[in-house]
Amino acid sequence: MEQTMVNQAGFPILSCLIFLPLLGVAALLLVRRTNESLIRMVALITSIAGFLLSLPLFTSFDKTTYAMQFVEKQAWIPAWNINYHLGLDGISIMFVLLTTLVTILCVLISWNSVKMKTKEFYISILVVESAIIGVFCSLDFFLFYIFWEAMLIPMYLLIGVWGGPNRVYAAVKFFLYTLVGSVLMLVGIIVLYLYSGRNFNIVELASKVYPYDMQIWLFWAFFAAFAVKVPMFPVHTWLPDAHTEAPTAGSVILAAVLIKMGAYGFLRFSLPILPDASRAMTPVMMTLSVIAIIYGGIICLAQTDLKRLIAYSSVSHMGFVTLGIFALNTQGMEGGILQMLNHGIVTGGLFLGVGAIYDRTHTRQISDYGGVASVMPVYAAIFIVFTFASIGLPATNGFVGEFLILLGGFKASQLAGVLSASGIIIGAGYMLWLYQRVFFMETGQKVAGLKDVDFREMAALIPMVVLIFWIGIYPEAVMGFMHESVRHLLERVNDGSANGTSLTKNVMEIMK
Amino acid sequence: MQYYLLIPFLPFAAFIINILFGRKIIKDNAHWVSTLAVAGSWIVSVMTLMDVLSGLSVNQNLYTWMLSGNFKVSVGFLIDQLTAVMLIVVTTCSTLIHIYSIGYMHGDKGYYRFFSYLSLFTFCMLMLVMANNFLQLYFGWEGVGLCSYFLIGYYFDKKSASDAGKKAFIVNRFGDFGFGIGIFMIFITFGTTYYDEVFSQAAGHALTRVNFLGFDVHLMTLIALLLFCGSIGKSAQMPLHVWLPDAMEGPTPVSALIHAATMVTAGVFLVARCNPIFSLSETALIVVAMTGAITSLFAATIGLVQNDLKRIIAYSTVSQLGYMFLACGVGAYTAGVFHLYTHAFFKALLFLCAGSVMHAMGGELNIQKMGSLKKFMPITYWTMLLASLSIAGVPGLAGFFSKDEILWLAYSGASPVGKIVWAMGTLVAFLTAFYSFRLIFLTFHGRFRGTHEQEHHLHESPKTMTVPLMILCVGAVASGWVGIPHLVGGGAHFTEFMKPVLGHAEGHGTHAEEWMVMAISVAVGFSGIGLAYFMYVLRPELPGIVTQRFLAVHKVLFNKYYIDELYSFLIIRPTIWVAKNVLIGVTDARVIEAIVNGVPSAIGGFSRQLRKMQTGLLHNYATITAMGIFIIAAVMLLRNW
Repeated sequence: MEQTMVNQAGFPILSCLIFLPLLGVAALLLVRRTNESLIRMVALITSIAGFLLSLPLFTSFDKTTYAMQFVEKQAWIPAWNINYHLGLDGISIMFVLLTTLVTILCVLISWNSVKMKTKEFYISILVVESAIIGVFCSLDFFLFYIFWEAMLIPMYLLIGVWGGPNRVYAAVKFFLYTLVGSVLMLVGIIVLYLYSGRNFNIVELASKVYPYDMQIWLFWAFFAAFAVKVPMFPVHTWLPDAHTEAPTAGSVILAAVLIKMGAYGFLRFSLPILPDASRAMTPVMMTLSVIAIIYGGIICLAQTDLKRLIAYSSVSHMGFVTLGIFALNTQGMEGGILQMLNHGIVTGGLFLGVGAIYDRTHTRQISDYGGVASVMPVYAAIFIVFTFASIGLPATNGFVGEFLILLGGFKASQLAGVLSASGIIIGAGYMLWLYQRVFFMETGQKVAGLKDVDFREMAALIPMVVLIFWIGIYPEAVMGFMHESVRHLLERVNDGSANGTSLTKNVMEIMK
Repeated sequence: MQYYLLIPFLPFAAFIINILFGRKIIKDNAHWVSTLAVAGSWIVSVMTLMDVLSGLSVNQNLYTWMLSGNFKVSVGFLIDQLTAVMLIVVTTCSTLIHIYSIGYMHGDKGYYRFFSYLSLFTFCMLMLVMANNFLQLYFGWEGVGLCSYFLIGYYFDKKSASDAGKKAFIVNRFGDFGFGIGIFMIFITFGTTYYDEVFSQAAGHALTRVNFLGFDVHLMTLIALLLFCGSIGKSAQMPLHVWLPDAMEGPTPVSALIHAATMVTAGVFLVARCNPIFSLSETALIVVAMTGAITSLFAATIGLVQNDLKRIIAYSTVSQLGYMFLACGVGAYTAGVFHLYTHAFFKALLFLCAGSVMHAMGGELNIQKMGSLKKFMPITYWTMLLASLSIAGVPGLAGFFSKDEILWLAYSGASPVGKIVWAMGTLVAFLTAFYSFRLIFLTFHGRFRGTHEQEHHLHESPKTMTVPLMILCVGAVASGWVGIPHLVGGGAHFTEFMKPVLGHAEGHGTHAEEWMVMAISVAVGFSGIGLAYFMYVLRPELPGIVTQRFLAVHKVLFNKYYIDELYSFLIIRPTIWVAKNVLIGVTDARVIEAIVNGVPSAIGGFSRQLRKMQTGLLHNYATITAMGIFIIAAVMLLRNW
C-alpha cells in the first residue's frame, strides 16, 4: 500500500486525544465524591482541554490527499499481527472534532441536573468520549472492535443509572440490540482476517479483492452491526427508548456522535472493503433508507413525548444519511457525510435544548407545555434555529446536507429521490407542530414564570447555533476536508467492478 | 461597481442589529434601524434602475456557496430589467410599509421583533429577486417563507395565528417539493443551475424527451411544471391557495407587504424569469394559463360573500395573482409582470387602508358592523376608493392599463386557450369590481352598524400611517402610466423596457378588436361597481333576499368550497391516523418489537425448560451421564464400522 505515513502534528496527537479523557477519569478518582463542584470542574477542564487539543487536527489537516494523516502505528500483539494503529482521513476527522466539542456541552448541560453519583456520571461521560474518539481513529480492525464495544459499557450505565423511570428496560435493550449486531460483525472481522492472511489493517484490507459471495455474506454481517447503530429501519426500535430514557447528556452523545458510528462503519468498512457487494446491495439499502425517512417522519406526527419525537426524527434524518451514502455518487456521499455532522449538531442541539427545559419543568409531555416563547424568549429563539435547521431551511447546515443527498439520491434513482423529498414536507409538519405546541399559544401552568436560559446554558447551546449558520453559509469549511477522501472512496467502490470481477474470478480459480 | 450589494445587505444588517440588541437596548427605537436601512436600499435600487435604463447589467458571483463534485453554485447577483423592476417594487413597498408600521405597531410589546422580521423579510426577498442561479433563488424563496411564518404567527399566543403560520409554511412545502425536484432536473439536464447557462442551453432541449419515474415525458414540460409547483405554493394558486386567507392573522402591514405586494408575487416572478423554459412547452403554458384563470375565478366568487375585511382583500389577491399567471400562460410575461407591478401598489394600499380602518374600529374586521366611516376618516376613504377604482379597472388608473393589456393579449395571442381565459378574465373583472365596491360601500357608506363605544372611538389614523397611504395612492393611480398602450396614444415603455428579458408578445388583431376588448373590460368594471351600488346603497335589503334565494350556493361560497375541510379529511387526519394506529400501533409495537422482545423471551422460555434438568438429584445426573456415554460410544462404533 502506497499510503504515506504522516503525522504532521509532530506528536502522537490521536493517542493524546484518546487518553486525555482517561487522565481526567484518573483525576476524578482522586477527588472526594462529596466535593461535587470540584468533580464538575475537573470534568469541564478535561473536556475543554480535549477540545483544544483536537483543534490542530482542523488547522493542519492536508485537504489535498485522501491518505491517512496523523498516523501512529505500534506493534501491539505481534503474534496475531495486531497493531495499535491510528489515523484520520477526510471522512473521520470531523467526527473527532464533533466528539470533543459535544463532550464539553454535555458537561455544561449536566451541571445542575445530575445530582446523584456525580463522580461516576462524569467518569462515564469521559470514558465514552475516549472510546468514541478511538472508534473514529482506529485503523486496526481489532483495535476498532475494542473501542466499538468499550463504548457500550459507559453508555449502558449512563442510560441505566441516570435515566428516566423506564431506564433499565431501555438500557438493557440498547445493550443487547447493539451487542447482537456487533457479534455478527466480529465474525465478519475474523473471516476477513483469516482470508487476508492474518491482517487487521483496515487500509490494506480496503485495497484487496474478495470473492463476490464472501463479500455478500460479509456485507450482511457488517450490516447487522452498523444498521442497528445508525439505526436503519427496521432495527430502529431501541433508539426511541434509549433516547427517551437517557439523561440529557446521554441523549446528546447518542444523537450527536454515537449513532454516527453506524454510518461511519458503512463508509469505512462496507464500501471500501466490499465494493461489489455494496454496489449490488444498493437497491436494498436505498429502499430501507427511503422507508426510514418516511416512516420515521410520519411516526413523529403522533408522538406525545418531546424526546421521543426527536428520537424518531433521528430515524428519518439518518435515513437521509444512508440514502446519500448508498447513492454512490459524489453529491450523495458528501451530502451524507455532511448530514452526519449536521444531524449531530442539530439533533444534539435539540436534545440540549430539551434538557434545559426539562430541568425546569421535569416533564417530557408535549401537552404540558405551551407559551414558552412568552416566558423564555432567548431560549425560544435558539430553539427555533435548531427547528429550522432540522427542517433544512437554506442558510442552515441542514439544507446543504439534505439538498446534496436528495440530488445524489435523485441521480441514483429518481423514485428514491422523489419519495425522500416528501421527507421535507413531513419534517416541516412535525417540527413546526412541535414548536407550536411547546412555544406558542397560551402559557401553560407548568411553564408560567420559568426563567430564561442562563449563561451556562447559553454556553452549551450557542456553539451549535454558530455551527449551524457557519456550515449553512459556508459549507466548504467542512466539505473541503472530505472531497479527496470521498473521491478516492467512490473510485474504489465504482471501479471495483472493472478489475474487481475479473480478479475475483482469478482468486476463485486459485482457490479451486 | 459593487454598490448594488448594499440593496440586500443593508436590511440584513438592520435585522442583525435589531434581533441582537432590540430586546434590551434598542427597544422602541427599532424602527429607526430598519426603516433607514430599507430606505437606503430604496435609494440604491433607484440608482440601479437608472444604470439599467442606461443599458447596464450585472451578473456576478460573490463566493462559492456549495461545491460537490461537478455541482457548484455561488451566491451571485443578476441585475437586468426584470430584477430592476422587482427591486423598485420591493423596496418602495417595503419602505412605505415600514413607515406605516411605526404608527400601526406603536406600543406593541414585540416592537423590535416586528421590525427585525420585516428587515429579514426584505433581505430574503431581495436575495430572491437578485439571484443569478436557482439555488440562491431557492434560498430567498424559503427565507421569505420563514419570515412569512414568523409574521403570520406574530401574535403567537393566539392559537389561530400560530396555526396559520404553520399552515402557510407546510402548504408551501408541498409546492417546494416539486420546485426542488425541478432544480434537480435542471442540474441533471444542464449540469449547472446558473440562469444564463441554463437558459442559453434550453432551446437545444426543445424536443428532448426523458424517462421520469417510468413515464416518457417532454423534458421542458416536466421542468416547467415542476418549477410551477413552487409558484403554485408561493403565489397561493389552486390547489395550494388555502394558506393565504388564513395568513391574514398577521398584523396588517405584513399582509400588505408579504401577502399582497411582494412575497406572493414571487411565483409570478419565477415563471417570468424562467420564460425561456416555459416558452418551450405549450402544455406547460396551458397549465399555467388555466391554473391562473380558474384560481382567479374561484377566488373572486369566494370574495363575493365574505364579511372579513382582510379576507376579502386576501381573496382578491389570490384572484389577481391568478390574473398574472393567466398572462404568463398566454405568453404575455411582460403583461404579467406589469400587473405584478401595478398590483403591488393598489393592493398594498388596500391592505394599509384596511389596517387604518381596523385601527379606528379597535380591531374589528367584520364589514357588516361598519358603515359611514367616510366622514370620520376621509384620507383612508379617498385613498381606498382610488385603489378600488384602480383594481376595478377604471380607465386611466394603474389597474386599468395592466388588466387591459392582459385581456387583450389573451384574446389576440397565439395561445390555444386564449379565448377561454379571456372570457374567464373578463368575468373576473366584473366580480372584482363588484366585491371591491361591496367592501367600500359596506365600510364607508350607509349608517354605522357597530357599537356605540366603537362609534365614539372612530378617528383618522396618525400621519405616519396616512402619509404612506397617500404616497401609495399616487402609485395606484399613476404607476400604470409607464405602460400606456400605443392604441390610446401611449408609448408602451414598460413593454419595450422588458423586451430583452421577457420577449415581446404580439397581439394579432385589428384596432377595432382591441377597442372592443377594452370597451368590454371597462363596461364590466363599471357594471360591477354599479351593481354593488344598487345592492348595497340603493337597495340595502337586496343582499339578504339574494342570499335567502340562493342559500346553498351562498353556503358553499361562504365556506370557501369546503377545501380546508376536504384537505383535513383527505390528508391530515388519515396521516395522523396511520401514524398512531399503524406505525406505532402495529409495525413498531406488534411486529418489530414483538420480534425484538420475542427472541429474548423465547430464549428465556427455552432456558426455563432446560433448567428442569438441573434437579440436584445425583441419580438423575448419573443416568444422564450414562446415557451420554452410551450415545458417544454408539456413534464411535458406528463411524468405525
